[in-house]
Amino acid sequence: MASAVAVADTFPKLLAAHARERGESPAIREKDLGIWQSWKWREVAGEVRLLAAGLAARGITRGKHVAVIGDNRPRLYFAQLATQALGGIPVPFYQDAPAPEMTYVFQNAEIEIAIVEDQEQADKLFEILPQCPKLRHIFYDDPRGFRHYKRDELASYDSLRAEGEAWAKDHPDFVDREIAQGRGADTAIMLYTSGTTGMPKGVVLSHDNLVNTSRAYAELEGLRDDEEVLAYLPMAWIGQNLFSYAQWLVTGFRINCPESAETVITDMREIGPTYYFAPPRVLEALLTQVTIRMEDAGRIKRWLYRHFMAVARQVGGRILDGQPVSALDRLHYALGGLFIYAPLRNSLGMSRIRVAYTAGEAIGPDLFVFYRSLGINLKQIYGQTETCVMVCVQHNGQVKPDTVGPPMKGVEIRLLDNGEIVLRSPGLFVEYHQNEEATREAKDAEGWYHTGDAGYFDADGHLKIIDRAKDVGKLQDGTLFAPKYLENKLKFFASIKEAVAFGDGRPEATAMINIDLQAVGDWAERRGIAYAGYQDLAAKPQVYDLIRECVEKVNADLAADPKLSGSQIRRFVVLHKELDADDGELTRTRKVRRRYIAEKYESAIHALYTETDHCWVEAQMRFEDGRTGTVRAQLAVREAKTFPPQPVAKAA
Amino acid sequence: MTAPARQFGDVILKVEGVCLAFGGVKALTDISFDVREHEIRAIIGPNGAGKSSMLNVINGVYHPQHGKVTYRGHTRTAMEPHFAAQNGIARTFQSLALFKGMSVLDNLLAGRNLMIRSNILLQALRVGPALREEVHHRKRVEEIIDFLEIQHVRKTPVGRLPYGLQKRVDLGRALAAEPKVLLLDEPMAGMNVEEKQDMCRFILDVNDEFGTTIVLIEHDMGVVMDLSDRVVVLDYGKMIGDGTPDEIRSNQAVIDAYLGVKH
Repeated sequence: MASAVAVADTFPKLLAAHARERGESPAIREKDLGIWQSWKWREVAGEVRLLAAGLAARGITRGKHVAVIGDNRPRLYFAQLATQALGGIPVPFYQDAPAPEMTYVFQNAEIEIAIVEDQEQADKLFEILPQCPKLRHIFYDDPRGFRHYKRDELASYDSLRAEGEAWAKDHPDFVDREIAQGRGADTAIMLYTSGTTGMPKGVVLSHDNLVNTSRAYAELEGLRDDEEVLAYLPMAWIGQNLFSYAQWLVTGFRINCPESAETVITDMREIGPTYYFAPPRVLEALLTQVTIRMEDAGRIKRWLYRHFMAVARQVGGRILDGQPVSALDRLHYALGGLFIYAPLRNSLGMSRIRVAYTAGEAIGPDLFVFYRSLGINLKQIYGQTETCVMVCVQHNGQVKPDTVGPPMKGVEIRLLDNGEIVLRSPGLFVEYHQNEEATREAKDAEGWYHTGDAGYFDADGHLKIIDRAKDVGKLQDGTLFAPKYLENKLKFFASIKEAVAFGDGRPEATAMINIDLQAVGDWAERRGIAYAGYQDLAAKPQVYDLIRECVEKVNADLAADPKLSGSQIRRFVVLHKELDADDGELTRTRKVRRRYIAEKYESAIHALYTETDHCWVEAQMRFEDGRTGTVRAQLAVREAKTFPPQPVAKAA
Repeated sequence: MTAPARQFGDVILKVEGVCLAFGGVKALTDISFDVREHEIRAIIGPNGAGKSSMLNVINGVYHPQHGKVTYRGHTRTAMEPHFAAQNGIARTFQSLALFKGMSVLDNLLAGRNLMIRSNILLQALRVGPALREEVHHRKRVEEIIDFLEIQHVRKTPVGRLPYGLQKRVDLGRALAAEPKVLLLDEPMAGMNVEEKQDMCRFILDVNDEFGTTIVLIEHDMGVVMDLSDRVVVLDYGKMIGDGTPDEIRSNQAVIDAYLGVKH
């Protein structure tokens, strides 16, 4: 079927094609005043045409940037489309970004027009207006709170639309001509990456990038135009843009905007999405909620839950993957479906999910397996903003918790000597906006993009991500050492809040561990272990035993890994204080500052690599009232069992 | 953003020479003040000063022995609660007046009780005019839910909500009656700083967007001075001050009552 949808190469053309082919079916819904309001494809196309005319009247032309700031609101989606219709480039912002962080982007992209959700966002723009002289107009969607604003820059979305209506009378067909002029190679959108160092970089993505990536996903998963999708993640995130915008326009399914950030769970239950995307932290929050509610439930329910979840862990994933499972186990699982899994899926709003993706960070195997064992087809994908999240995806029936699956069709991957993943793909970004140097650094002359991630392919050709390439080191004997990989494995245990692994250039791998006060505190309470506070609890021999078990489990896991079995953790200490951003030990986004910690806790590291069984540590810490103090403590150093490398178990 | 100078209408509510006693205890002695349309009027005073009694006189729960209350041109010695409610005076309570077992939505709908016209039989059957009316009321309630940003608890039983949120629902219940005058009895009692800020914003928004006149009792002096246009100060049932926050701040009698004096 060579329909217009299948050949359209830009988003505005896709919208026009949908308006013709499925004009009367709903395209986007928003819950407003307690009711799901919907716009049909035909109506969306009409709105976008008026809005585009309004933007044209205000001077938006090809190549100009328009800021879009707010939660997922249909009108902000229309604003993105209207900008693209004129060949302009929408720049979505994180709605919770503080004003000063927005300044640079406004300056860098020379933004003249901003379309914002509400007063909160407009106030932020007025704050930075003096530093952004180019910004001339701010249009708002929700009029609440604007009654007393007397600013020339400010006008409502409705007035922009009305202006467009009048302007279109004098310039008929203008917008349609502009849409027809658009080419796939044109820039579709610019997304700024936060970047751990320096200023954010504007990643320029073309229509081709996003459309081709979306088509690849649609083909792989057999996406149809009757999928229901919940649009609830920040519009400035590539994941949201790909799954709820690009794929929406490519596939023609329906997106649903929740009422507010707090109602997402209820709204999801009402919509029952069939195609779902969530970063691990969202999945974790949902699981926590389930766990808490189960703990409050009656004894019979608790028993049923525990019993059937154990069954699910054993056979649920295998049934989902279509592997052979005995008839008795199947019956047991079906019974569990009746009592536990189906009601649970329902209360999570996941009853109708056909495909669910998670990406963004490493997901704990327990968390991942929990959802899969319930019969929810959760899969991991791997990609960056620069690659339109099109690198690897797990295929149905071949899902392993610790890999991200094989490369997608059309993606070429090479591994450099230091393990860094470099790739070429149709989704690869055009450039960083006005930053040739950074573009050259990321994308070499032959078009290979350097991800900065290190990984390797396992025996089945699935990619396994282990760490940032620059952090990957080698032990003295040349064994690969990936600190983040070890730390993540440790942190997946509830008792361990933070971990720092050492080993680069050393004879063996060691770790410093932070216990999780709440989890370990509960654990201690249940066992009747009395403790005075964090420092006291962390030093208890029983706690050391608990942590040692975790470390040994990690080691047992590592032993099965062909590349990393040599980097098992031999010795560890449990720190007497929590690593804290206020003390400079973590970044504000809670990433470990390894080098700084190595300096600060030099004596502990010394002890880790000598034969002593304890060390004295003195650490400055900053109290909440701003005072600083020094905490001095004796830490015990313990050894953990290590395991001989195992031959690779061939996955079925 | 500088707000334009605030504009007030005519006197909407006037209290003259009100005395209230319970047996030998004089709760209020000769109190007179007025409230203008659209203004935020605060009544402050130490514990036991007679603030809540004053509110109870205004909406007719207590009947004063002397004095009169004039509301929108009607002068009465004793206001009656049903007359007050029917004529646009709504209030919130210090100790919350909500149905704990009912959802937030149902509580707010209950607040519109006086406006429901169709008879009970039609309502029970949900037919014709009753259904149309219900849809209308539900829409107004949804607007309040949106206004107070409590969408996420719409269907949650009120008893399961934290206290700060219950206070917000209580405000919503009062707003559901679309009042002209809103009496707020310690709207910020027992709240943390963040909740107080939210509540202040809601009170200002109600006043600004709906044009509702607000009479409030509050302990938190900072809040009162920021929020209100004029303040009445009571002490032991007597009025010791009346004026703008600036005037009150420099009023010696008020300072003495709050900070104490050397005898």
